[in-house]
Amino acid sequence: MKHSKPTERTKVKVVLPGDTVSLDVTTPGIILGPGLIQAGDSISCTKAGFLVRSGPTYWVENDQKRYIPETSEHVVGRISGKGGEFYRVDIGSAHQAILPFLAFENATKKNRPNLNIGDLIYARVALANKDMDPELQCYNPTNNKAEGFGKLEGGMVLKCSLRYCQRLLTQETDICKLLGQVLQFEVSIGMNGRVWLSSDTIKHISLVYNVLKQAEALNNSECKALVNNLVV
Amino acid sequence: MVKELELSTNEKELIISGLKEGIRLDGRGIDDFRSLKITLGPEYGRSEVKLGDTKVLAKVSCEVARPYPDRPNEGILTLNTELSPMAFAGLEPGRPSEEEVLVSRILEKAIKINRAVDVEGLCIVANELAWSIHVDVHFLDNDGNIIDAACIAAISALSHFRRPDVTVIGEDVTIHPVDQRNPVPLSIHHTPICVTFAFFENGDLWVVDPSLKEEQIRRGDMIIAINNHKEICVLSKAGGLPLEMHTIIQCSKLAASKVDWVREKIQDAIANAAEVEKRKTLREIIIDD
Repeated sequence: MKHSKPTERTKVKVVLPGDTVSLDVTTPGIILGPGLIQAGDSISCTKAGFLVRSGPTYWVENDQKRYIPETSEHVVGRISGKGGEFYRVDIGSAHQAILPFLAFENATKKNRPNLNIGDLIYARVALANKDMDPELQCYNPTNNKAEGFGKLEGGMVLKCSLRYCQRLLTQETDICKLLGQVLQFEVSIGMNGRVWLSSDTIKHISLVYNVLKQAEALNNSECKALVNNLVV
Repeated sequence: MVKELELSTNEKELIISGLKEGIRLDGRGIDDFRSLKITLGPEYGRSEVKLGDTKVLAKVSCEVARPYPDRPNEGILTLNTELSPMAFAGLEPGRPSEEEVLVSRILEKAIKINRAVDVEGLCIVANELAWSIHVDVHFLDNDGNIIDAACIAAISALSHFRRPDVTVIGEDVTIHPVDQRNPVPLSIHHTPICVTFAFFENGDLWVVDPSLKEEQIRRGDMIIAINNHKEICVLSKAGGLPLEMHTIIQCSKLAASKVDWVREKIQDAIANAAEVEKRKTLREIIIDD
């Protein structure tokens, strides 16, 4: 999936839930992102973190690990049960998600997917509503093809903050590129704070896991130093 | 166990295949402890232990109380290890879980029942007054092996603790405030330290100091507590898969060497704390002048 590098973003200040932010509400074109709500004429914050601005958009960034599902996001989930015609999937949200048996490429009533409890899957959030259980699908709705969704074989799962997953996906952090110059590995990044990773040997998988885990707190030059010090 | 904490099949298979090749997920050897950091002070009897990402805080306090009627010449030592939802997601506070009972029993066996602390020296006036020592252990973060971390925290806190000095002349008992007379350390007979082993598959695969993920897929475990006189104070094997005799002996020998390493860390921490205390006293003397 192609992602363009984000335009220049600047941290404005530290905010706490309930703080009022003084932005000129009358100026047209200001976009409020996650963590900000408008109540009448004033804008207040609902999350603790940094107030960040990029162009006309303002939002609050923090180290949140708790996932709130949104439609069209890609997530890594673990099958936790089987219902009547669906799987129950744990994606880290407040309620477990539903993955219908028919939500796969070339699925028919006779042709069931072969997933077991404990398996890891990469899926797309089809329906996310605060009053209902979220629903997943393992195909791209525009062309009905699997396109990488489905069961993830082997490998390891890293649990991290939601912000780190965003940074990995948009390549704001160079760690994947730097690590890829040293050894071969693959990752499936879920927006729910879970990253699936795999490599050719167990030693390499454990290495990638530990490097990605440490790199969450490092900037790009520190990532470069970390990769340079690796003994593969 | 909360559903959220259950591991996927991929993770379970990876950890077991890794162990078969002698590789652990965090790069340790199968007989390596995680990095251990012990911080004592600033108050006497406060110990914070970080074993990898497992964090435990122990606090020792004392008060004067009446000794138990069946033990008129002894003081009282109480260990309190309550698990809280801070470290254990999904725990219901108020109801002791199986894990909580196990932690509490192991620590009591190692420290209290084995008489690590001299409770007779805590008696002030027989039948009337004695010191009652409370050790409160708080679990701040759980990444596996809370028992070893809790034991290190409790023992180091007890070794660091100072109680007020007492003078008994005939019937008169004077408890000196800490600013008038230097407080006195507890008399510790021996220092038992626990080492936990986790077993996998059919008992052929084992590790020392299991992390949380390793604890979740283990099929059996064994806890051995050894003191500074190389005596085994506790050997606990509660359920789990059966073990061969030679495995138990091999683990005991390994535990003895691990305990030496941990004891050195505790001594270093106590020495550091003493240094800081000395520098603080010197500074106070200079300022007073």
